[in-house]
Amino acid sequence: MTGVLAVLEQRDGTLKRVSHETLAAARVIADATGGEVDAVVIGPEDMDADGLGTAGADKVFLTADDGLALYQGASYAATVTARARSGAYAAVVVGATALGKDLAPRIAARLGCPLASDVTAIEVDGGIVVTRPVYAGKAMYRLRITAASCVVSVRPNNFAPVTVQRAGTVETLAPVTGGASAARTVLVKEPERAALDVAEATVVVSGGRGLKEPEHFALIEALAGAFGNAAVGASRAVVDAGWRPHSEQVGQTGKTVSPSLYVAIGISGAIQHLAGMRTAKVIVAINKDKDAPIFKVADYGIVGDLFEVVPRLTEAIKKIRGN
Amino acid sequence: MKIAVCVKRVPDSEARIKIGADGKSIDETGVKFVLNPYDEIAVEEALRRKEAAGAGEVVIVSLGGAAAQETIRTALAMGADRGILLQVDRQVPDPLVAARVLADELREGGYDLILFGKVAIDDYSHATGTMVGELLGLPSVSAIARLELTDGKGTAEREIEGGIEVVEFSLPAVLTAEKGLNEPRYPALKGIMMAKKKPLEVKQVSLADAGVDVVGITLPPERQEGRIVGEGADAVPALIDALRKEAKVL
Ligand SMILES: Cc1cc2nc3c(=O)[nH]c(=O)nc-3n(C[C@H](O)[C@H](O)[C@H](O)COP(=O)(O)OP(=O)(O)OC[C@H]3O[C@@H](n4cnc5c(N)ncnc54)[C@H](O)[C@@H]3O)c2cc1C
Ligand SMILES: Nc1ncnc2c1ncn2[C@@H]1O[C@H](COP(=O)(O)O)[C@@H](O)[C@H]1O
Repeated sequence: MTGVLAVLEQRDGTLKRVSHETLAAARVIADATGGEVDAVVIGPEDMDADGLGTAGADKVFLTADDGLALYQGASYAATVTARARSGAYAAVVVGATALGKDLAPRIAARLGCPLASDVTAIEVDGGIVVTRPVYAGKAMYRLRITAASCVVSVRPNNFAPVTVQRAGTVETLAPVTGGASAARTVLVKEPERAALDVAEATVVVSGGRGLKEPEHFALIEALAGAFGNAAVGASRAVVDAGWRPHSEQVGQTGKTVSPSLYVAIGISGAIQHLAGMRTAKVIVAINKDKDAPIFKVADYGIVGDLFEVVPRLTEAIKKIRGN
Repeated sequence: MKIAVCVKRVPDSEARIKIGADGKSIDETGVKFVLNPYDEIAVEEALRRKEAAGAGEVVIVSLGGAAAQETIRTALAMGADRGILLQVDRQVPDPLVAARVLADELREGGYDLILFGKVAIDDYSHATGTMVGELLGLPSVSAIARLELTDGKGTAEREIEGGIEVVEFSLPAVLTAEKGLNEPRYPALKGIMMAKKKPLEVKQVSLADAGVDVVGITLPPERQEGRIVGEGADAVPALIDALRKEAKVL
């Protein structure tokens, strides 16, 4: 088995960025084994899956059904599994997003094959070998897949999208229902504030107890706004205090993020916080305590009062970004 | 309400991880083990549902070594009624292997609700509960932060990127708990005393072949300790310069 099945993700009929990363991860396996990458796209009737050849898909199986516009775990799993069975793939690759973390185990259970979750690197060396963080990122597992097939979920921001010349031919894939007793997603509510998610953003600006009061998070929001593409994150201390929603919490009991830039402001750098952000490419820390543990992992630090440093930094970023 | 909660014994979140002599597992000496924090939330939810229903039973199920009895006792001390240890003498290498053993135990149990944590903080698979749901053919919702149950039907909310999914299902069902669902109680001294007398059945089980081999476990590359670019707001230009020229992220 040499082919790979990449499960892509859409929201409101638009493919998410992570889908291109999923295709890139699938290509790592397929290119090494001389196989093809097939993609599955499940979405609403007006879903368009053209042009995925340049992102790495040889063939695209499109299930366009308004009943499947929202994520339906059982039906998505049944549809993907039906395709996986007819293709005899070496691996099914899924993005480790909120959707993927629910879908990947369903597919593995239905196919009866092993699952490697939240994978950060893939090699092919007489078989598939994956690397995945365990113990809250305090250790890395390397696992060799010995089964004929497997399911792999890939951590967002770890596989750079590729630009290639592949056919990307679109074929229709019939939906398979997940059964009458399945749970049904009835709606997706907007969160209290519509914001970029910390787990997906390429820049994350996080604030901690050093901000002293919830209102002062306006400073964090202003800096994130200056970057333009940044999400706001928070330490558990300020989430537990009710200053920020849990969706923004970074760390062991919050989200794991690997943005290209992580800015920690007024955050001490407790081990549980580091667990969620230590794989960021570049870490900047602003803290008035020069001995704060955050400086041990930061690439660049400023020792100082955040109330003075952050506004100045925001001005500087605004100038660069021209907004 | 008959509710099962699957719990796992895991190293405490503060634990320093050292690699064992075989290079394939962690060195457990001196490591404190705890009830997986997300499983604590699942236990709490089960207790509240039983209390609200006015009757029922909360059964704790754990797959692991003999030491997992201690973990089960912690859940019993919180107020669960009895425990089952599915005892194995080796590491469970893949979540589907664990899910199969747990599903076999739960299948004939007549449970209205089967609860899990969303993720175990050792292997971080985020999978076992959802797999059990699939293996049992039951509706499942993962990583829920809100739950309503009435007349055999339920509505759960799970956070997704930039939104909240609202999911409806009927009982029996499998749910996995996210932080925010509730605040778990601490076991009271009385609960700890009572837990010692609660029934805890031990069953030997065997594990299927996983289809994965651990090649090795390594510590993540230490982050190079960076540098302080300066003090106070006057250091901002130096930071900007470093981010543009060295790190190339601006
Ligand atoms: C099981 C468990 C799970 C946990 N999970 C998480 C998790 O997921 N995420 C998480 O973040 N934490 C988690 N924690 C909590 C963690 O241990 C810390 O308590 C928490 O991260 C501290 O948050 P903080 O850095 O905002 O606050 P503090 O530790 O209080 O740090 C505040 C920092 O702000 C600095 N400061 C103060 N004033 C200023 C100023 N004017 N200018 C500049 N700097 C200033 C201080 O020097 C200090 O370093 C967990 C703990 C446990 C036990
Ligand atoms: N060995 C085990 N025994 C009992 N429950 C488990 C075990 N492993 C995982 N679980 C349950 O499955 C959840 C998710 O674990 P995981 O899929 O390993 O991240 C945990 O929070 C537990 O509720």
